[in-house]
Amino acid sequence: MRMMTRTAAAWVLSGAAALAMAAPALAADTTLTIESWRNDDLPTWQEKIIPAFEKGHPGIKLNFQPTAPKEYNAALNSKLDAGTAGDIIACRPFDASLELFKKNQLTSVNAVPGMDNFTAVARAGWSTDDGKTTYCVPAAAVLHGFIYNGDAFAKVGIKQSPKTADEFFTDLDKIKKDGTYVPLAMGTPDQWEAATMGYQNIGPNYWHGEDGRKALIEGREKLTDPAWVAPLRELAKWGPYLGEGYQAQSYPDSQNLFTLGRAAIYPAGSWEIAQFEKEAQFKLGVFPPPVPKAGDPCYVSDHPDIAFGMNARSKNADAARVFLAWVASPEFAKVYSDSLPGFYSMQTQSAPVTDPLAQQFLAFRKDCKSTMRSTYQMLSRGTPNLENEVWVASANVINGTETPEQAAQKLQKGLDSWYKPAK
Amino acid sequence: MDQIEKLAADAPLLPAARDVAGPARARRWHIAVFLAPALLVYTALMIVPLADTLRLSLFRSIEHVPAFVGLDNFRVLFTDPRWSEHFWAALRHNFYFFAFHILLQNPVGIALAALLSLPRLRGQAFYRTAFFLPTMLSFVIVGFTWKLILSPLWGVAPTLLGAVGLRGWFHPWLGQEATALTTLALISVWQYVGIPMMLIYAAMLAIPHELIEAAELDGITGFAQFRKIKLPLIWPTIGICSILTFVGNFNAFDLIYTVSGANAGPNFATDILGTFLFRTFFGNQLQLGDPNMGATIATMMFLIILAGVSAYLFGIQARMRRYAL
Repeated sequence: MRMMTRTAAAWVLSGAAALAMAAPALAADTTLTIESWRNDDLPTWQEKIIPAFEKGHPGIKLNFQPTAPKEYNAALNSKLDAGTAGDIIACRPFDASLELFKKNQLTSVNAVPGMDNFTAVARAGWSTDDGKTTYCVPAAAVLHGFIYNGDAFAKVGIKQSPKTADEFFTDLDKIKKDGTYVPLAMGTPDQWEAATMGYQNIGPNYWHGEDGRKALIEGREKLTDPAWVAPLRELAKWGPYLGEGYQAQSYPDSQNLFTLGRAAIYPAGSWEIAQFEKEAQFKLGVFPPPVPKAGDPCYVSDHPDIAFGMNARSKNADAARVFLAWVASPEFAKVYSDSLPGFYSMQTQSAPVTDPLAQQFLAFRKDCKSTMRSTYQMLSRGTPNLENEVWVASANVINGTETPEQAAQKLQKGLDSWYKPAK
Repeated sequence: MDQIEKLAADAPLLPAARDVAGPARARRWHIAVFLAPALLVYTALMIVPLADTLRLSLFRSIEHVPAFVGLDNFRVLFTDPRWSEHFWAALRHNFYFFAFHILLQNPVGIALAALLSLPRLRGQAFYRTAFFLPTMLSFVIVGFTWKLILSPLWGVAPTLLGAVGLRGWFHPWLGQEATALTTLALISVWQYVGIPMMLIYAAMLAIPHELIEAAELDGITGFAQFRKIKLPLIWPTIGICSILTFVGNFNAFDLIYTVSGANAGPNFATDILGTFLFRTFFGNQLQLGDPNMGATIATMMFLIILAGVSAYLFGIQARMRRYAL
């Protein structure tokens, strides 16, 4: 028995020695592991972004390690708690990351060189409520709108993309009557599709973007007010224009339905651009969310989507800071928006966008006022959290299992149960 | 005859065993040594986490500091509408899911086993393998395959129904509140029917041929033979199948997560305790994970399963008649 313990001890010792010998080699070449939910971007990182960084920073290697978007938050939280998370963390906007900062799992990035390339608005998604500390370096925002099949519009005789809600439904009727195409490519079982590409896409035109969003946070408006019920009413009219069996049509189903040329309009986020351009064999076009009436001001969801922060327990803190400084630099903005069209840099001197479809999306920013998704700041801190409730409500309203008024009442009741606006 | 021979063969061993036991009494620690690996592994992997879950359910994180709150988490789970609505709905769905399995999976399993054990059946091995095959597939494959089969866009279900002129009968079953849970239960039954089938098939094969022969001499054949002779002999196995189904169903999570996601849509229509636990413990999208409430739900699942298994062990199994064969 004693013999065995001695052998075991010898093994442990030799293992430690091997590790110790390996350590200097590691120090020469630091590898930073990046946690992210963008598994679609893996090839882009490996082929473009990582080489661009490594060229200018010998001695630091990057390892991009994405998780499926659906599992990212849960997986990241567990990894951070267990101390096995990567050095660089892709930060979801607002509370999910704020919570990590409060738990001391993310560090302040105020001192990172280049942080003055961002306005306070751009930093808001990843700053404490008082705006004093920022804990992730903003990387990209995404825009919402509708992508359409140009061939389909030509076939059914739509000359100009719809500007108002009435025109939108007139065009949908035309496409439906023609019968060649499914008018709208969207499904409801994944829920977030209905909420993000439906509700948050068309909603800002009804609640007047930032005005409405802030009024909701300050408690001056309620989700049962006409301005907030209206987008749900619009969504309720979408059902008949979706593909048959849309209640079981998943997100990838919708993407395929559109890129295979079987649908005319795709309620979209700008992150779809790269994929769609690669797969679609027809002319693609873009139009912003239709306004309620002709002449109404237009708003567009310009949502802070992704930022990069540093794992507070990272063993390669110095290298991580170097990487974050690079993320804050114009060089990163250029590489990122060039290689991932549809993800727009949030730096004050925005990088030129070359992709044609991405340019069309970007034009929304000029014509319409920017806002972000209504549920992200403050309102999803408690139980039940508004974002997830909106997912369910949007899907229910489109499925017709709940009226817009019922859904709005349920949303407000849920919010009232825990959220007390600061007076 | 068999039994008597066995008894006779066993008899001489008894005095021998006593001889060994005498001098060895002092060094009985080998029992501990043999038990130790399993005991240690089981303790480390099952008992400690279980105890820690129970402990977690008594605490609540207030400003990131755990505070002891007694049974308050359970009060919240049962009475606060923000939690209780989901909890009771999930529990109801769990019972529905379980009832579906008990009423469908086990009878079908018994029927298949009865058919397979017919001596004149051809291609037994083929059928046995075919029925058991889905059980060996990963739930991810099963969930994904059925999602594809039932897909309104690319699925074979609408095409097949169309081929027999019943296209109008097709609905997006997985996407409708009224049908989603039933559809999932049917998929689960399809996947796991092989387990009761195999267990009961084995029990049926173990029935001595003499009994069947005697029954036939008395004129009991066909279905009557199954009901009067075979069924009473396989009741204990059916009991085991039922309790396995119970434990499996109240722990169920994987298939529903694969098909409907953590939100168990549409509108929580397929939410069972497993998915509710996952959402709560690990968080979901913007909802942050709450290990304490998660542990509370896990504790409830443990207690429900414990109660069910105890009721079976003490209430049913103890009273079950066994026949020495």
